[in-house]
Amino acid sequence: MPDVLSLLLEPLSYGFLLRGLVAATLIGVICAVIGTFVVLKGLAFIGDALAHIAFTGIVVAFLSGLAFYLGALVAAILAALGIGVVSRRSGISLDTSIGIFFSGIFALGIVLMSVGIKTYTVDLFSYLFGNVLGTQPGDLISIAGLGLLVLVTVLVLYKELLFTSFDPVAAEAAGLPSERLQMLLLVLLSVTVVVSVQAVGVVLVVAMLVTPSATAYLLTDRFGRMMAYGAGFGALAAVVGIYLSYYLNVPSGGAIVLVATTLFLLTAALSPKRGGWRRLIGSPAS
Amino acid sequence: MLDTHLTVAQKPAATLTTPAIAVHDLTTGYRKEPVLRDINLAVEPGALVGVIGPNGGGKSTLFKTILGLHKPWTGRVLINGDAEKPGRKIGYVPQTETVDWTFPVTVGDVVMMGRYPRLGFLRRPGQRDREAVAEALTQVKMLDHRDTQIGQLSGGQRQRVFIARALCQEPDILLLDEPVSGVDAVTQHQIFELLERLCVSGKTVIVASHDLHCVAQRFDHVLLLNGRVVGYGPPEHVLTQPLLNETFRSHLLLLQVDGRTFIVEDTGHARRP
Repeated sequence: MPDVLSLLLEPLSYGFLLRGLVAATLIGVICAVIGTFVVLKGLAFIGDALAHIAFTGIVVAFLSGLAFYLGALVAAILAALGIGVVSRRSGISLDTSIGIFFSGIFALGIVLMSVGIKTYTVDLFSYLFGNVLGTQPGDLISIAGLGLLVLVTVLVLYKELLFTSFDPVAAEAAGLPSERLQMLLLVLLSVTVVVSVQAVGVVLVVAMLVTPSATAYLLTDRFGRMMAYGAGFGALAAVVGIYLSYYLNVPSGGAIVLVATTLFLLTAALSPKRGGWRRLIGSPAS
Repeated sequence: MLDTHLTVAQKPAATLTTPAIAVHDLTTGYRKEPVLRDINLAVEPGALVGVIGPNGGGKSTLFKTILGLHKPWTGRVLINGDAEKPGRKIGYVPQTETVDWTFPVTVGDVVMMGRYPRLGFLRRPGQRDREAVAEALTQVKMLDHRDTQIGQLSGGQRQRVFIARALCQEPDILLLDEPVSGVDAVTQHQIFELLERLCVSGKTVIVASHDLHCVAQRFDHVLLLNGRVVGYGPPEHVLTQPLLNETFRSHLLLLQVDGRTFIVEDTGHARRP
Protein backbone atom coordinates (compact mmCIF):
# COMPACT_ATOMS: atom_id res chain seq x y z
CA MET A 1 0.00 0.00 0.00
CA PRO A 2 2.69 2.55 0.85
CA ASP A 3 3.99 2.00 -2.68
CA VAL A 4 0.67 2.95 -4.23
CA LEU A 5 0.43 5.93 -1.92
CA SER A 6 3.85 7.17 -2.90
CA LEU A 7 3.03 6.61 -6.56
CA LEU A 8 0.03 8.88 -6.05
CA LEU A 9 1.73 11.46 -3.86
CA GLU A 10 5.15 11.74 -5.47
CA PRO A 11 4.03 13.66 -8.56
CA LEU A 12 2.20 16.16 -6.39
CA SER A 13 5.47 17.50 -5.04
CA TYR A 14 5.91 19.17 -8.40
CA GLY A 15 4.04 22.46 -8.50
CA PHE A 16 3.23 22.18 -12.21
CA LEU A 17 1.67 18.77 -11.76
CA LEU A 18 -0.42 19.81 -8.79
CA ARG A 19 -1.67 22.85 -10.71
CA GLY A 20 -2.42 20.67 -13.73
CA LEU A 21 -4.32 18.22 -11.59
CA VAL A 22 -6.45 20.90 -9.96
CA ALA A 23 -7.09 22.63 -13.30
CA ALA A 24 -8.03 19.41 -15.10
CA THR A 25 -10.36 18.33 -12.28
CA LEU A 26 -12.14 21.70 -12.25
CA ILE A 27 -12.49 21.55 -16.03
CA GLY A 28 -13.77 17.98 -15.90
CA VAL A 29 -16.51 19.05 -13.48
CA ILE A 30 -17.53 22.23 -15.34
CA CYS A 31 -17.55 20.49 -18.71
CA ALA A 32 -19.80 17.74 -17.41
CA VAL A 33 -22.28 20.18 -15.84
CA ILE A 34 -22.67 22.10 -19.11
CA GLY A 35 -22.20 18.82 -20.99
CA THR A 36 -25.48 17.58 -19.51
CA PHE A 37 -27.26 20.21 -21.61
CA VAL A 38 -24.95 19.57 -24.56
CA VAL A 39 -25.82 15.88 -24.64
CA LEU A 40 -29.55 16.33 -24.08
CA LYS A 41 -29.96 19.22 -26.51
CA GLY A 42 -27.54 17.95 -29.16
CA LEU A 43 -25.19 20.95 -28.89
CA ALA A 44 -21.95 19.01 -29.44
CA PHE A 45 -21.34 20.47 -32.88
CA ILE A 46 -21.91 23.99 -31.56
CA GLY A 47 -19.45 23.30 -28.72
CA ASP A 48 -16.86 22.08 -31.20
CA ALA A 49 -17.38 25.17 -33.34
CA LEU A 50 -17.02 27.48 -30.33
CA ALA A 51 -13.71 25.84 -29.39
CA HIS A 52 -12.32 26.42 -32.87
CA ILE A 53 -13.53 30.01 -32.91
CA ALA A 54 -12.01 30.56 -29.46
CA PHE A 55 -8.66 29.52 -30.93
CA THR A 56 -8.81 32.35 -33.46
CA GLY A 57 -9.68 34.67 -30.57
CA ILE A 58 -6.56 33.46 -28.78
CA VAL A 59 -4.38 34.10 -31.85
CA VAL A 60 -5.81 37.59 -32.29
CA ALA A 61 -5.28 38.30 -28.58
CA PHE A 62 -1.70 37.04 -28.86
CA LEU A 63 -0.97 39.25 -31.88
CA SER A 64 -2.44 42.33 -30.27
CA GLY A 65 -0.83 41.69 -26.91
CA LEU A 66 -4.09 41.12 -25.04
CA ALA A 67 -4.81 38.41 -22.51
CA PHE A 68 -5.49 35.00 -24.03
CA TYR A 69 -8.63 34.44 -22.04
CA LEU A 70 -10.07 37.78 -23.04
CA GLY A 71 -9.56 37.11 -26.74
CA ALA A 72 -10.95 33.61 -26.53
CA LEU A 73 -13.93 34.65 -24.43
CA VAL A 74 -14.90 37.56 -26.66
CA ALA A 75 -14.62 35.43 -29.81
CA ALA A 76 -16.55 32.49 -28.35
CA ILE A 77 -19.33 34.56 -26.79
CA LEU A 78 -19.82 36.60 -29.97
CA ALA A 79 -19.96 33.35 -31.94
CA ALA A 80 -22.41 31.81 -29.46
CA LEU A 81 -24.73 34.80 -29.72
CA GLY A 82 -24.40 34.72 -33.50
CA ILE A 83 -25.31 31.05 -33.55
CA GLY A 84 -28.27 31.79 -31.29
CA VAL A 85 -29.55 34.41 -33.70
CA VAL A 86 -29.01 32.20 -36.76
CA SER A 87 -30.80 29.28 -35.10
CA ARG A 88 -33.95 31.35 -34.73
CA ARG A 89 -34.08 32.25 -38.39
CA SER A 90 -34.89 29.21 -40.36
CA GLY A 91 -33.80 29.21 -43.96
CA ILE A 92 -30.37 27.68 -44.16
CA SER A 93 -29.70 24.69 -41.96
CA LEU A 94 -28.05 25.59 -38.67
CA ASP A 95 -25.44 22.83 -39.03
CA THR A 96 -24.41 24.08 -42.43
CA SER A 97 -24.11 27.70 -41.39
CA ILE A 98 -22.13 26.79 -38.26
CA GLY A 99 -19.91 24.57 -40.39
CA ILE A 100 -19.20 27.38 -42.82
CA PHE A 101 -18.47 30.01 -40.22
CA PHE A 102 -16.49 27.97 -37.74
CA SER A 103 -14.22 26.44 -40.34
CA GLY A 104 -13.78 29.85 -41.92
CA ILE A 105 -12.92 31.57 -38.67
CA PHE A 106 -10.64 28.72 -37.56
CA ALA A 107 -8.81 28.85 -40.89
CA LEU A 108 -8.34 32.57 -40.36
CA GLY A 109 -6.81 31.80 -36.97
CA ILE A 110 -4.34 29.33 -38.45
CA VAL A 111 -3.31 31.72 -41.22
CA LEU A 112 -2.95 34.61 -38.78
CA MET A 113 -0.84 32.42 -36.53
CA SER A 114 1.62 31.50 -39.26
CA VAL A 115 1.75 34.96 -40.86
CA GLY A 116 1.74 37.12 -37.77
CA ILE A 117 3.93 35.15 -35.46
CA LYS A 118 7.38 34.70 -36.97
CA THR A 119 8.84 33.26 -33.84
CA TYR A 120 5.81 31.41 -32.79
CA THR A 121 6.06 29.67 -29.56
CA VAL A 122 4.79 26.30 -28.46
CA ASP A 123 2.14 28.22 -26.56
CA LEU A 124 -0.29 28.51 -29.44
CA PHE A 125 0.07 24.88 -30.44
CA SER A 126 -0.70 23.92 -26.89
CA TYR A 127 -4.16 25.42 -27.36
CA LEU A 128 -4.79 23.10 -30.28
CA PHE A 129 -3.88 19.93 -28.41
CA GLY A 130 -3.97 21.09 -24.83
CA ASN A 131 -1.23 21.30 -22.23
CA VAL A 132 -2.78 21.26 -18.82
CA LEU A 133 0.60 20.63 -17.20
CA GLY A 134 1.64 24.04 -18.43
CA THR A 135 -1.06 25.73 -16.33
CA GLN A 136 0.33 28.84 -14.64
CA PRO A 137 -0.89 30.08 -11.25
CA GLY A 138 -2.64 32.94 -13.06
CA ASP A 139 -4.40 30.48 -15.39
CA LEU A 140 -5.58 28.52 -12.39
CA ILE A 141 -7.22 31.63 -10.97
CA SER A 142 -8.96 32.30 -14.33
CA ILE A 143 -10.16 28.70 -14.58
CA ALA A 144 -11.43 28.70 -11.00
CA GLY A 145 -13.10 32.11 -11.36
CA LEU A 146 -14.82 31.45 -14.69
CA GLY A 147 -15.67 27.90 -13.65
CA LEU A 148 -17.29 29.13 -10.46
CA LEU A 149 -19.28 31.66 -12.48
CA VAL A 150 -20.62 28.88 -14.72
CA LEU A 151 -21.44 26.56 -11.82
CA VAL A 152 -23.17 29.24 -9.76
CA THR A 153 -25.23 30.38 -12.76
CA VAL A 154 -26.38 26.83 -13.44
CA LEU A 155 -27.19 26.31 -9.77
CA VAL A 156 -29.16 29.57 -9.49
CA LEU A 157 -31.13 29.00 -12.70
CA TYR A 158 -31.27 25.22 -12.38
CA LYS A 159 -35.02 24.73 -12.65
CA GLU A 160 -35.46 27.38 -15.34
CA LEU A 161 -32.69 25.86 -17.48
CA LEU A 162 -34.18 22.40 -16.96
CA PHE A 163 -37.69 23.48 -17.98
CA THR A 164 -36.56 25.44 -21.01
CA SER A 165 -34.23 22.64 -22.17
CA PHE A 166 -36.93 20.02 -21.84
CA ASP A 167 -39.88 21.93 -23.27
CA PRO A 168 -39.00 25.43 -24.52
CA VAL A 169 -42.45 26.26 -25.86
CA ALA A 170 -44.32 25.29 -22.71
CA ALA A 171 -41.68 27.05 -20.59
CA GLU A 172 -42.18 30.24 -22.53
CA ALA A 173 -45.96 29.85 -22.46
CA ALA A 174 -45.73 29.53 -18.68
CA GLY A 175 -43.90 32.86 -18.55
CA LEU A 176 -40.21 31.91 -18.53
CA PRO A 177 -37.89 33.92 -20.82
CA SER A 178 -37.12 30.79 -22.85
CA GLU A 179 -35.20 32.49 -25.60
CA ARG A 180 -32.94 34.41 -23.23
CA LEU A 181 -32.30 31.30 -21.16
CA GLN A 182 -31.23 29.40 -24.27
CA MET A 183 -28.92 32.25 -25.22
CA LEU A 184 -27.51 32.18 -21.70
CA LEU A 185 -26.87 28.46 -22.06
CA LEU A 186 -24.86 29.14 -25.23
CA VAL A 187 -22.85 31.82 -23.40
CA LEU A 188 -22.16 29.39 -20.53
CA LEU A 189 -21.13 26.83 -23.12
CA SER A 190 -18.66 29.26 -24.67
CA VAL A 191 -17.15 30.16 -21.29
CA THR A 192 -16.78 26.45 -20.51
CA VAL A 193 -15.13 25.81 -23.86
CA VAL A 194 -12.67 28.66 -23.37
CA VAL A 195 -11.75 27.44 -19.90
CA SER A 196 -11.21 23.91 -21.21
CA VAL A 197 -9.18 24.73 -24.30
CA GLN A 198 -5.99 25.03 -22.31
CA ALA A 199 -6.34 21.62 -20.71
CA VAL A 200 -7.47 19.40 -23.53
CA GLY A 201 -7.08 21.65 -26.55
CA VAL A 202 -9.47 22.82 -29.23
CA VAL A 203 -9.63 19.43 -30.87
CA LEU A 204 -10.62 17.46 -27.79
CA VAL A 205 -12.88 19.91 -25.92
CA VAL A 206 -16.00 18.35 -27.36
CA ALA A 207 -15.03 15.00 -25.81
CA MET A 208 -14.93 16.57 -22.34
CA LEU A 209 -18.33 18.16 -22.97
CA VAL A 210 -20.00 15.03 -24.22
CA THR A 211 -18.34 11.86 -22.92
CA PRO A 212 -18.67 12.13 -19.10
CA SER A 213 -22.29 13.38 -19.37
CA ALA A 214 -23.17 10.66 -21.86
CA THR A 215 -21.68 8.10 -19.48
CA ALA A 216 -23.86 9.50 -16.69
CA TYR A 217 -26.92 9.36 -18.95
CA LEU A 218 -26.48 5.60 -19.20
CA LEU A 219 -26.77 5.28 -15.44
CA THR A 220 -29.73 7.44 -14.46
CA ASP A 221 -33.16 8.70 -15.44
CA ARG A 222 -32.88 11.89 -13.41
CA PHE A 223 -31.54 15.17 -14.71
CA GLY A 224 -29.83 16.26 -11.47
CA ARG A 225 -28.15 12.89 -11.01
CA MET A 226 -26.97 12.89 -14.62
CA MET A 227 -25.26 16.21 -13.89
CA ALA A 228 -23.71 14.98 -10.63
CA TYR A 229 -22.54 11.61 -12.00
CA GLY A 230 -21.19 13.37 -15.08
CA ALA A 231 -19.17 15.72 -12.88
CA GLY A 232 -17.80 12.66 -11.07
CA PHE A 233 -16.81 10.96 -14.32
CA GLY A 234 -15.25 14.19 -15.61
CA ALA A 235 -13.17 14.61 -12.45
CA LEU A 236 -12.16 10.95 -12.41
CA ALA A 237 -11.06 11.08 -16.06
CA ALA A 238 -9.03 14.22 -15.30
CA VAL A 239 -7.22 12.76 -12.28
CA VAL A 240 -6.51 9.35 -13.82
CA GLY A 241 -5.54 11.00 -17.11
CA ILE A 242 -3.03 13.30 -15.45
CA TYR A 243 -1.33 10.43 -13.61
CA LEU A 244 -1.19 8.35 -16.77
CA SER A 245 0.23 11.32 -18.61
CA TYR A 246 2.91 11.70 -15.93
CA TYR A 247 3.94 8.05 -15.65
CA LEU A 248 3.61 7.04 -19.30
CA ASN A 249 4.90 10.34 -20.58
CA VAL A 250 1.96 10.88 -22.97
CA PRO A 251 0.09 14.15 -23.75
CA SER A 252 -2.24 15.04 -20.88
CA GLY A 253 -5.22 16.09 -23.07
CA GLY A 254 -5.19 12.84 -24.98
CA ALA A 255 -4.78 10.78 -21.80
CA ILE A 256 -7.73 12.49 -20.07
CA VAL A 257 -10.03 12.00 -23.05
CA LEU A 258 -8.99 8.36 -23.46
CA VAL A 259 -9.81 7.67 -19.82
CA ALA A 260 -13.23 9.35 -20.29
CA THR A 261 -13.86 7.25 -23.41
CA THR A 262 -12.86 4.06 -21.60
CA LEU A 263 -15.25 4.90 -18.74
CA PHE A 264 -18.03 5.41 -21.29
CA LEU A 265 -17.40 2.11 -23.06
CA LEU A 266 -17.22 0.21 -19.77
CA THR A 267 -20.45 1.81 -18.59
CA ALA A 268 -22.21 1.16 -21.88
CA ALA A 269 -21.19 -2.50 -21.69
CA LEU A 270 -22.31 -2.89 -18.08
CA SER A 271 -25.17 -0.37 -18.04
CA PRO A 272 -28.22 -1.47 -16.08
CA LYS A 273 -30.39 0.90 -18.12
CA ARG A 274 -31.32 -1.35 -20.98
CA GLY A 275 -31.43 0.35 -24.31
CA GLY A 276 -29.78 3.45 -22.82
CA TRP A 277 -27.05 3.29 -25.39
CA ARG A 278 -29.53 3.10 -28.23
CA ARG A 279 -31.64 5.90 -26.79
CA LEU A 280 -28.55 8.08 -26.55
CA ILE A 281 -27.55 7.47 -30.12
CA GLY A 282 -31.11 8.01 -31.28
CA SER A 283 -31.78 11.13 -29.22
CA PRO A 284 -32.67 14.14 -31.36
CA ALA A 285 -29.92 16.56 -32.22
CA SER A 286 -31.37 20.03 -32.44
CA MET B 1 -78.29 61.93 -23.56
CA LEU B 2 -79.56 58.70 -25.02
CA ASP B 3 -76.02 57.65 -25.93
CA THR B 4 -74.72 58.17 -22.41
CA HIS B 5 -77.62 56.22 -21.04
CA LEU B 6 -76.89 53.30 -23.34
CA THR B 7 -73.20 53.21 -22.47
CA VAL B 8 -73.95 53.18 -18.78
CA ALA B 9 -76.56 50.50 -19.18
CA GLN B 10 -74.25 48.26 -21.21
CA LYS B 11 -71.25 48.48 -19.00
CA PRO B 12 -72.31 46.30 -16.07
CA ALA B 13 -73.63 43.66 -18.45
CA ALA B 14 -70.28 43.66 -20.25
CA THR B 15 -68.26 43.17 -17.05
CA LEU B 16 -70.53 40.38 -15.88
CA THR B 17 -69.75 38.33 -18.95
CA THR B 18 -66.08 39.15 -19.41
CA PRO B 19 -64.96 36.35 -21.72
CA ALA B 20 -62.14 34.07 -20.59
CA ILE B 21 -60.60 34.61 -24.00
CA ALA B 22 -61.54 37.47 -26.30
CA VAL B 23 -59.96 37.77 -29.71
CA HIS B 24 -60.57 41.03 -31.57
CA ASP B 25 -59.92 41.48 -35.30
CA LEU B 26 -56.84 39.27 -35.15
CA THR B 27 -54.74 38.85 -38.26
CA THR B 28 -51.36 37.14 -38.07
CA GLY B 29 -49.06 34.69 -39.82
CA TYR B 30 -45.47 33.82 -40.62
CA ARG B 31 -43.13 35.90 -42.71
CA LYS B 32 -45.51 37.63 -45.10
CA GLU B 33 -47.98 34.80 -45.30
CA PRO B 34 -51.13 35.39 -43.24
CA VAL B 35 -52.40 32.26 -41.50
CA LEU B 36 -55.28 33.80 -39.58
CA ARG B 37 -57.44 36.63 -40.91
CA ASP B 38 -59.89 38.82 -39.02
CA ILE B 39 -60.46 36.41 -36.17
CA ASN B 40 -63.14 37.49 -33.71
CA LEU B 41 -63.95 35.17 -30.89
CA ALA B 42 -65.30 35.31 -27.34
CA VAL B 43 -65.00 32.21 -25.18
CA GLU B 44 -67.14 32.20 -22.04
CA PRO B 45 -65.56 31.10 -18.75
CA GLY B 46 -66.22 27.43 -18.06
CA ALA B 47 -66.74 26.52 -21.70
CA LEU B 48 -65.41 23.31 -23.25
CA VAL B 49 -64.45 24.31 -26.76
CA GLY B 50 -63.35 22.02 -29.54
CA VAL B 51 -61.30 23.61 -32.31
CA ILE B 52 -61.43 21.78 -35.60
CA GLY B 53 -60.07 22.59 -39.00
CA PRO B 54 -57.72 21.24 -41.63
CA ASN B 55 -53.96 21.04 -41.17
CA GLY B 56 -52.52 24.46 -41.81
CA GLY B 57 -55.88 25.98 -40.90
CA GLY B 58 -54.26 27.98 -38.10
CA LYS B 59 -55.12 25.98 -34.97
CA SER B 60 -51.58 26.01 -33.61
CA THR B 61 -51.06 29.63 -34.63
CA LEU B 62 -54.24 30.63 -32.82
CA PHE B 63 -53.03 28.79 -29.72
CA LYS B 64 -49.61 30.39 -29.86
CA THR B 65 -51.15 33.83 -30.26
CA ILE B 66 -53.47 33.27 -27.31
CA LEU B 67 -50.47 32.13 -25.26
CA GLY B 68 -48.59 35.29 -26.19
CA LEU B 69 -45.87 33.32 -28.02
CA HIS B 70 -46.81 34.71 -31.39
CA LYS B 71 -47.47 38.38 -32.04
CA PRO B 72 -50.65 39.58 -33.76
CA TRP B 73 -50.08 41.66 -36.90
CA THR B 74 -53.28 43.49 -36.14
CA GLY B 75 -55.94 43.09 -33.50
CA ARG B 76 -55.50 41.79 -29.97
CA VAL B 77 -56.15 39.01 -27.53
CA LEU B 78 -57.59 39.62 -24.07
CA ILE B 79 -57.33 36.99 -21.35
CA ASN B 80 -59.95 37.62 -18.65
CA GLY B 81 -60.23 41.10 -20.15
CA ASP B 82 -56.49 41.68 -19.75
CA ALA B 83 -54.16 42.37 -22.69
CA GLU B 84 -50.97 41.35 -20.87
CA LYS B 85 -49.05 38.17 -21.68
CA PRO B 86 -51.08 35.45 -19.94
CA GLY B 87 -48.13 33.57 -18.40
CA ARG B 88 -49.36 31.07 -15.88
CA LYS B 89 -53.05 32.00 -16.29
CA ILE B 90 -53.10 29.56 -19.20
CA GLY B 91 -51.97 25.96 -18.87
CA TYR B 92 -50.64 24.64 -22.15
CA VAL B 93 -50.52 20.99 -23.16
CA PRO B 94 -48.29 20.61 -26.23
CA GLN B 95 -48.58 17.94 -28.90
CA THR B 96 -46.77 14.88 -27.61
CA GLU B 97 -44.79 14.58 -30.84
CA THR B 98 -42.90 17.75 -29.95
CA VAL B 99 -41.59 16.35 -26.65
CA ASP B 100 -38.19 14.67 -26.24
CA TRP B 101 -39.18 11.45 -24.47
CA THR B 102 -35.57 10.37 -23.91
CA PHE B 103 -35.00 13.33 -21.53
CA PRO B 104 -33.95 12.10 -18.08
CA VAL B 105 -36.98 13.37 -16.15
CA THR B 106 -39.65 11.48 -14.24
CA VAL B 107 -43.39 12.02 -14.25
CA GLY B 108 -43.07 13.91 -10.96
CA ASP B 109 -40.30 16.15 -12.39
CA VAL B 110 -42.40 17.09 -15.42
CA VAL B 111 -45.47 17.93 -13.36
CA MET B 112 -43.35 19.96 -10.95
CA MET B 113 -42.31 22.15 -13.90
CA GLY B 114 -45.84 23.51 -13.81
CA ARG B 115 -44.94 25.06 -10.43
CA TYR B 116 -41.72 26.74 -11.60
CA PRO B 117 -43.26 29.97 -12.93
CA ARG B 118 -45.19 30.30 -9.68
CA LEU B 119 -42.03 29.83 -7.63
CA GLY B 120 -40.05 32.46 -9.46
CA PHE B 121 -36.27 32.55 -9.64
CA LEU B 122 -34.09 31.11 -6.89
CA ARG B 123 -36.88 29.49 -4.88
CA ARG B 124 -36.85 25.73 -4.68
CA PRO B 125 -40.06 23.69 -4.66
CA GLY B 126 -41.43 23.22 -1.15
CA GLN B 127 -44.02 21.13 0.63
CA ARG B 128 -46.94 23.04 -0.89
CA ASP B 129 -45.57 22.41 -4.40
CA ARG B 130 -45.09 18.71 -3.78
CA GLU B 131 -48.68 18.54 -2.57
CA ALA B 132 -49.87 20.33 -5.70
CA VAL B 133 -47.97 17.82 -7.85
CA ALA B 134 -49.51 14.88 -5.97
CA GLU B 135 -52.95 16.45 -6.30
CA ALA B 136 -52.59 17.01 -10.05
CA LEU B 137 -51.29 13.47 -10.54
CA THR B 138 -54.21 12.10 -8.54
CA GLN B 139 -56.62 14.03 -10.74
CA VAL B 140 -55.24 12.36 -13.86
CA LYS B 141 -54.85 9.00 -12.05
CA MET B 142 -51.08 8.89 -12.54
CA LEU B 143 -49.85 9.16 -8.94
CA ASP B 144 -48.52 5.58 -9.02
CA HIS B 145 -46.20 6.52 -11.89
CA ARG B 146 -44.63 9.49 -10.15
CA ASP B 147 -41.08 8.08 -10.32
CA THR B 148 -41.31 6.63 -13.82
CA GLN B 149 -39.12 8.09 -16.56
CA ILE B 150 -41.46 9.69 -19.11
CA GLY B 151 -40.20 7.63 -22.05
CA GLN B 152 -41.61 4.49 -20.46
CA LEU B 153 -45.21 5.72 -20.51
CA SER B 154 -47.93 4.81 -23.00
CA GLY B 155 -49.42 7.48 -25.27
CA GLY B 156 -52.42 8.07 -23.02
CA GLN B 157 -50.29 8.24 -19.89
CA ARG B 158 -48.00 10.80 -21.53
CA GLN B 159 -51.00 12.99 -22.31
CA ARG B 160 -52.26 12.76 -18.77
CA VAL B 161 -48.87 13.73 -17.36
CA PHE B 162 -48.80 16.86 -19.47
CA ILE B 163 -52.37 17.69 -18.46
CA ALA B 164 -51.25 17.28 -14.84
CA ARG B 165 -48.38 19.72 -15.44
CA ALA B 166 -50.83 22.27 -16.80
CA LEU B 167 -53.18 21.71 -13.82
CA CYS B 168 -50.33 22.12 -11.39
CA GLN B 169 -49.89 25.63 -12.69
CA GLU B 170 -53.41 26.34 -11.34
CA PRO B 171 -54.52 28.16 -14.49
CA ASP B 172 -57.96 29.53 -15.34
CA ILE B 173 -57.69 28.33 -18.91
CA LEU B 174 -56.31 25.13 -20.43
CA LEU B 175 -55.18 24.88 -24.05
CA LEU B 176 -54.64 21.35 -25.33
CA ASP B 177 -53.13 20.63 -28.72
CA GLU B 178 -54.37 17.27 -30.05
CA PRO B 179 -54.61 15.58 -26.64
CA VAL B 180 -56.34 12.45 -27.94
CA SER B 181 -54.34 11.75 -31.07
CA GLY B 182 -52.80 8.28 -30.95
CA VAL B 183 -54.66 7.41 -27.77
CA ASP B 184 -56.93 4.38 -27.35
CA ALA B 185 -60.69 4.76 -26.88
CA VAL B 186 -60.69 4.07 -23.14
CA THR B 187 -57.99 6.67 -22.45
CA GLN B 188 -59.74 9.11 -24.75
CA HIS B 189 -62.87 8.67 -22.68
CA GLN B 190 -60.92 9.22 -19.44
CA ILE B 191 -59.29 12.37 -20.78
CA PHE B 192 -62.62 13.84 -21.83
CA GLU B 193 -64.20 12.98 -18.50
CA LEU B 194 -61.37 14.82 -16.81
CA LEU B 195 -61.77 17.84 -19.10
CA GLU B 196 -65.52 17.90 -18.43
CA ARG B 197 -64.90 17.83 -14.69
CA LEU B 198 -62.46 20.72 -15.04
CA CYS B 199 -65.06 22.76 -16.90
CA VAL B 200 -67.63 22.09 -14.20
CA SER B 201 -65.12 23.39 -11.65
CA GLY B 202 -65.00 26.65 -13.62
CA LYS B 203 -61.97 26.25 -15.88
CA THR B 204 -62.17 27.14 -19.53
CA VAL B 205 -60.87 24.32 -21.70
CA ILE B 206 -59.96 24.64 -25.37
CA VAL B 207 -58.96 21.57 -27.32
CA ALA B 208 -57.63 21.32 -30.84
CA SER B 209 -58.70 18.00 -32.26
CA HIS B 210 -58.79 16.05 -35.46
CA ASP B 211 -61.47 13.83 -34.08
CA LEU B 212 -64.69 15.35 -35.40
CA HIS B 213 -66.71 12.52 -33.98
CA CYS B 214 -65.46 13.27 -30.50
CA VAL B 215 -65.94 17.00 -30.87
CA ALA B 216 -69.51 16.49 -31.97
CA GLN B 217 -70.33 14.47 -28.86
CA ARG B 218 -68.26 15.94 -26.10
CA PHE B 219 -67.94 19.66 -26.51
CA ASP B 220 -70.43 22.37 -25.66
CA HIS B 221 -68.86 24.75 -28.19
CA VAL B 222 -67.17 24.13 -31.51
CA LEU B 223 -64.87 26.49 -33.37
CA LEU B 224 -64.49 25.79 -37.07
CA LEU B 225 -61.19 27.29 -38.18
CA ASN B 226 -59.70 27.53 -41.62
CA GLY B 227 -57.71 30.72 -41.79
CA ARG B 228 -60.79 32.46 -40.47
CA VAL B 229 -63.66 31.61 -38.16
CA VAL B 230 -66.02 29.57 -40.31
CA GLY B 231 -68.36 28.94 -37.40
CA TYR B 232 -68.50 29.15 -33.62
CA GLY B 233 -71.23 27.90 -31.35
CA PRO B 234 -72.90 24.80 -29.94
CA PRO B 235 -72.16 21.67 -32.00
CA GLU B 236 -75.76 21.28 -33.14
CA HIS B 237 -75.65 24.74 -34.70
CA VAL B 238 -72.15 24.66 -36.11
CA LEU B 239 -71.60 21.11 -37.25
CA THR B 240 -73.74 21.45 -40.34
CA GLN B 241 -73.04 20.11 -43.78
CA PRO B 242 -72.44 23.51 -45.45
CA LEU B 243 -70.14 24.81 -42.68
CA LEU B 244 -68.09 21.60 -42.58
CA ASN B 245 -67.69 21.68 -46.34
CA GLU B 246 -66.54 25.24 -46.06
CA THR B 247 -64.05 24.36 -43.32
CA PHE B 248 -62.48 21.33 -44.91
CA ARG B 249 -63.21 22.14 -48.54
CA SER B 250 -63.89 18.47 -49.05
CA HIS B 251 -66.88 16.29 -48.64
CA LEU B 252 -67.64 15.29 -45.12
CA LEU B 253 -70.94 13.63 -44.49
CA LEU B 254 -72.89 14.23 -41.36
CA LEU B 255 -74.91 11.27 -40.16
CA GLN B 256 -77.51 11.39 -37.41
CA VAL B 257 -78.12 8.00 -35.82
CA ASP B 258 -80.25 7.75 -32.68
CA GLY B 259 -79.67 11.39 -31.96
CA ARG B 260 -75.88 11.00 -32.12
CA THR B 261 -73.87 12.79 -34.74
CA PHE B 262 -71.31 10.94 -36.82
CA ILE B 263 -69.04 12.47 -39.36
CA VAL B 264 -67.63 10.42 -42.18
CA GLU B 265 -65.48 11.40 -45.09
CA ASP B 266 -67.30 11.04 -48.38
CA THR B 267 -64.65 9.55 -50.60
CA GLY B 268 -66.99 9.29 -53.54
CA HIS B 269 -66.65 5.54 -53.81
CA ALA B 270 -70.09 4.93 -52.42
CA ARG B 271 -71.80 7.21 -54.88
CA ARG B 272 -74.43 5.52 -56.96
CA PRO B 273 -74.53 5.97 -60.71
